[in-house]
Amino acid sequence: MSESWQPAASREVMQLRARMLSDIRAFFDQRGVLEVETPVLSSSCTTDPNISSFSTRYQQQGLYLNTSPEYCMKRLLAAHGDAIYQVCKSFRDDELGPEHNPEFTMLEWYRPGFDMFELMHELADLVQMLASNCALNSDSVQKISYAEAYLQAAGINPHATSADECRSCAIKHDIEQPVGLEDDIDEWLDWLLTQLVIPTFQADGFTYIYDYPGSQAALAKLHENPDGYTVAARFELFYGETELANGFDELLDADEQRQRFEYENRLRMGAGLQPSMIDEKLLKALEHGLPVCSGVALGLDRLLMLLTGADTLEQILAFPFPRI
Amino acid sequence: MASYNTNEFKNGLKIMLDNDPCSITENILVKPGKGQAFNRVKVKNLKTGRTLERTFKATESVEAADVEDINVEFLYTDGEYWHFMEPETYEQHAADRVAVGDASKWVKGQEACVMTLWNGAPLSITPPNFVELAVARTDPGLKGDTAQGGSKPATLETGTEVKVPLFIDEGDVLKIDTRNGEYVSRA
Repeated sequence: MSESWQPAASREVMQLRARMLSDIRAFFDQRGVLEVETPVLSSSCTTDPNISSFSTRYQQQGLYLNTSPEYCMKRLLAAHGDAIYQVCKSFRDDELGPEHNPEFTMLEWYRPGFDMFELMHELADLVQMLASNCALNSDSVQKISYAEAYLQAAGINPHATSADECRSCAIKHDIEQPVGLEDDIDEWLDWLLTQLVIPTFQADGFTYIYDYPGSQAALAKLHENPDGYTVAARFELFYGETELANGFDELLDADEQRQRFEYENRLRMGAGLQPSMIDEKLLKALEHGLPVCSGVALGLDRLLMLLTGADTLEQILAFPFPRI
Repeated sequence: MASYNTNEFKNGLKIMLDNDPCSITENILVKPGKGQAFNRVKVKNLKTGRTLERTFKATESVEAADVEDINVEFLYTDGEYWHFMEPETYEQHAADRVAVGDASKWVKGQEACVMTLWNGAPLSITPPNFVELAVARTDPGLKGDTAQGGSKPATLETGTEVKVPLFIDEGDVLKIDTRNGEYVSRA
């Protein structure tokens, strides 16, 4: 913790943040997307075993801080069906580093009637507009499937691989095997993605990867890719090696959503974590009916870091975590 | 046995790696937004002083190293062991040549040092940043040649040789920086 009372970010960076936010609002206003606000407090927390929630309470009632505004925004979608966006704070425990701050600003939006590729197109329009205002090189937007990216960088098919093949691949490319990484395929895929695949992305431009492994679908629909593998209609956006956004062609089926929550809770218990209470209000909204839609969450602090040429989030936050 | 979870990792935390006590000097989170997190740490091996890197799957637990720093005063050496005392309790600790390391070059008695203990036994000694030691032997410098750069070897009362300016004479007491072994000034 720092003793300094002063902000970490400069006045210029504060002005750029304000400009970025007003540009974002103008962008969505022009496209008829409604700005909404949903609560930061929540009575249930994510089941995702890789995300830790902050907990707090109101009187005797246990509550959590949102790790993303997704569930409440989907309840709005189910009720009103409008295209909506939100700029809000989200909170994740145990995440602190050059590209992580435990509280961060997220832009999340949902587009009824859009498939994943239409939303990727709109997201590219937005980030290219913001980047061109800041002289960040943004001409190049590459799109590559998760499978193709893996094949090119690592020479393996991520939809039909084994822990042994991943381990050999790591040895071949002189990549360390982390302590505790054993035979879990998804953990291996996450590790090699960060060490081997993402470093091959173009340095001065945007890269999309899409069609994630079916086992990493989270809240995305599953579909069959051209090679016949079941994959998730999920995408991520990077600039260089920095991960900026994650989006889904949203899962609409309440029963399947419940099964995924229950599956994630079993993973939590397997990892020695408390299972999370399942968000029944979200499931009721899905039962009522969510319009066919795609949604995406964009990390605005990371984006501002790129727009200002900073190396770490600490340089662009008024009061980064060590100064609170 | 005490252990730490990766979410407790921070600089200065003492953990066991490859059976040696180590201190974390850097901890970086490697985490895809929706995937498994990893902690990449740099550690300093407290026995060898070497730095190494290691990555852990997040939520792994790692054995804690029972390492603590205590303030001690150097008493004397019998040639095999260097004897130190905790000033508050008068408790004495004997460190062997390996644990004393380079600190033996700079201490003659009564210096306030930091002793690092591992499982209660001396692991390393950190001498004060600056010590004052007398010159035991040095060749006479040339008259009038002051502050002109040139230097000559001098042997201190601890037997350690350092480079000193030409105007230094035998019996002068010098201030030495123990971190780089360099002459600073006359005391």
